[in-house]
Amino acid sequence: MASSISTALLLTIPLAPLAGSLIAGLAGKQVGTRGAHTVTILGVLIAFIGSCLVLQQVLDGARFNATIYQWAVVDKLVMEVGFLIDGLSAMMMVVVTFVSLMVHIYTVGYMKGDPGYQRFFCYISLFTFSMLMLVMANNFLQLFFGWEAVGLVSYLLIGFWFKKPTAIFANMKAFLVNRVGDFGFILGIGLIAAYAGTLNYGEAFAKSAELAKLQFPGSDWQLITVACICLFVGAMGKSAQFPLHVWLPDSMEGPTPISALIHAATMVTAGIFMVARMSPLFELSDTALNFVLVIGSITALFMGFLGIIQNDIKRVVAYSTLSQLGYMTVALGASAYSVAVFHLMTHAFFKALLFLGAGSVIIGMHHDQDIRNMGGLWKYMKVTWITSLLGSLALIGTPLFAGFYSKETIIEAVHATNLPGTGFAVFAVTAGVFVTAFYSFRMYFLVFHGKERFHHKPFPPEDNHAHDDHGHGEGHAHTPHESPWVVTLPLVLLAVPSVLVGYFTVTPLLYGDFFKDAIYVNTAAHPAMKELADAWRGPGAMAVHALTTLPFILALAGVVVAWWFYLKQPAIPAAIGRALRPVVRVLENKYYLDWFNENVLARGARMFGTSLWKGGDQALIDGVLVNGSAKAVGKLALVMRRLQSGHLFQYALVMALGLFGLLTWQLWPFFSGLLR
Amino acid sequence: MGAITLGHYLSLGGILFALSVVGIFLNRRNLIVLLMAIELMLLAVNLNFIAFSHYLPMEADRMAGQVFVFFILTVAAAESAIGLAILVVLFRNRASINVEELDELKG
Repeated sequence: MASSISTALLLTIPLAPLAGSLIAGLAGKQVGTRGAHTVTILGVLIAFIGSCLVLQQVLDGARFNATIYQWAVVDKLVMEVGFLIDGLSAMMMVVVTFVSLMVHIYTVGYMKGDPGYQRFFCYISLFTFSMLMLVMANNFLQLFFGWEAVGLVSYLLIGFWFKKPTAIFANMKAFLVNRVGDFGFILGIGLIAAYAGTLNYGEAFAKSAELAKLQFPGSDWQLITVACICLFVGAMGKSAQFPLHVWLPDSMEGPTPISALIHAATMVTAGIFMVARMSPLFELSDTALNFVLVIGSITALFMGFLGIIQNDIKRVVAYSTLSQLGYMTVALGASAYSVAVFHLMTHAFFKALLFLGAGSVIIGMHHDQDIRNMGGLWKYMKVTWITSLLGSLALIGTPLFAGFYSKETIIEAVHATNLPGTGFAVFAVTAGVFVTAFYSFRMYFLVFHGKERFHHKPFPPEDNHAHDDHGHGEGHAHTPHESPWVVTLPLVLLAVPSVLVGYFTVTPLLYGDFFKDAIYVNTAAHPAMKELADAWRGPGAMAVHALTTLPFILALAGVVVAWWFYLKQPAIPAAIGRALRPVVRVLENKYYLDWFNENVLARGARMFGTSLWKGGDQALIDGVLVNGSAKAVGKLALVMRRLQSGHLFQYALVMALGLFGLLTWQLWPFFSGLLR
Repeated sequence: MGAITLGHYLSLGGILFALSVVGIFLNRRNLIVLLMAIELMLLAVNLNFIAFSHYLPMEADRMAGQVFVFFILTVAAAESAIGLAILVVLFRNRASINVEELDELKG
């Protein structure tokens, strides 16, 4: 702990975007569109510069872990706002603010003329604030605050075009699915708060050894396993892991900048970040790690398959995101937290690039998102073409590109693990390489190369995206056009790290001590990272070595097959599709998970609710307890009123008999005394 | 045949009282008979008072029971006056003093 970082600087970083958001949101009419984007971009720029300064100081050995503000104390549970700045959070801050800055600039072009322009800037700045609060947190409560806040902004932005029914459906779905995850997450936090007695990371991690000894009450599970799985369920919701991934493809209903910022680069990686942050806890439970590994493997492979058959340009990228998130999760499960975070970073750059590239194509195509209607766009959109190519190459793991180092290391880390699920995970991540390459370049070839299909549009879009229309003056000419500089500049700026960041940061991040005090790995039990470090020969050697390995061959095969199928012999995929009709149908229905959710879970919940309503509320409470007691009183009264005949002689008789009875009872001792 | 004892008086009082109670129960038609039965009840009680006071051992105590009888007679007279007055009003309203028909208070 060399030196500390100034509190004022740290406070400025999240508060600058918040201020921008408030100005754009509350005074949107007064500042106008120009004012709204100026003020928010300025806010995010300040945050970005601040984050870079912080990163610089962290690299010099500075650390920060302190409470800024104490919000509430409940018995011994202290709720506070505080920052924990180390390698992990500093890196996340730079990634978040950089991608956010790019997206802000890009949005100026993409959302031009949209009636919700200021609102949009307000939301994305608010998102930046929330995400920064999440990554900078030093306690679970603030983490949860950021977690929920980004979820809220995600909800708002998926439903940004709130007049579009599909968008409303999608944002509701995202919100509800995230509730499921958050339920697990808050249970996990609750378990830790209950047994560690603190919400602070440092204090909770210090007690991890004691926690490891505890059993979950009423079972033979380790407490820490239950807590970690609960926390990971939260990550499954936020990071869209199987089976809680269903919301992410639908979230593509939101504007493209949002898909890039929230649903690809930053927010969905919050789960990965969280698990990496909780590494001292996860390291204690092999069961939880194995669970993480298997879930990640399923997501990595099976979501990739779905990407193959999608025709919406954004959905292809969305499924690619799911698959890559699966890779990160696999790395977490393999105890290679630093690799997961490394892949998170490289992925943030190249996936934001791909999404923004897709957005640029959408602008160029006048809001037609069907890749079957594209083709040959390279001639018209040179910048988008080149940057998308770079992004795709980074995604499939071409040696020397950013994605190569992270993905390749994940695969190697999985090979080196010794958890029970390793066999499946190795298969999933290796096969996933081919799938990734195939769908990425299927999309790339269909969009940028081949015949120009946009003249006649073989698949006219059902919905002409009237709301998405941001007032091009040229009256929908049918020739695509390159996007304005505000759109292409972020593409270029993102392409640079997408290509270079891996080569230059892989050594310090994975094998240096950048994450030394942020991520804890029990090397004795989980030797994956150690083995990799021992075998490390530098990024150049890794790239050369990779040329002979299976993943590279698979990636190459994926590209070649995509090229062959979609440029050379377009009849083949159609024939395969016909031959494997049942498989395609399963994929088109996304493994029937939506069907299952809607018809089994949602309908089941509704039926359960109806039975509670009819049986519990209407029959038991209303019927038996409320109306039932009233009816019982009524029936009793009906019997009792027969006694009230109104005939005096009957009253008199009853009175006399009563008197006789009473007297007999009272005077009985006297009479019995007489008789004796 | 021996002399008339306290027992004879008490038996007569009891019989009168029982008669009047039976009169109340059995009478189904006439409110006046009801009032008369009540009067008879009071008289039966009066008879008891008189008999007891007559057979008290101490001369000085014998007045108390007879004074009570006067009180009861007075109250009974007032009561039948009021009862008859109510009865008249009742008859004006209902054109009947049939007890069976007077069941307004029935539940």
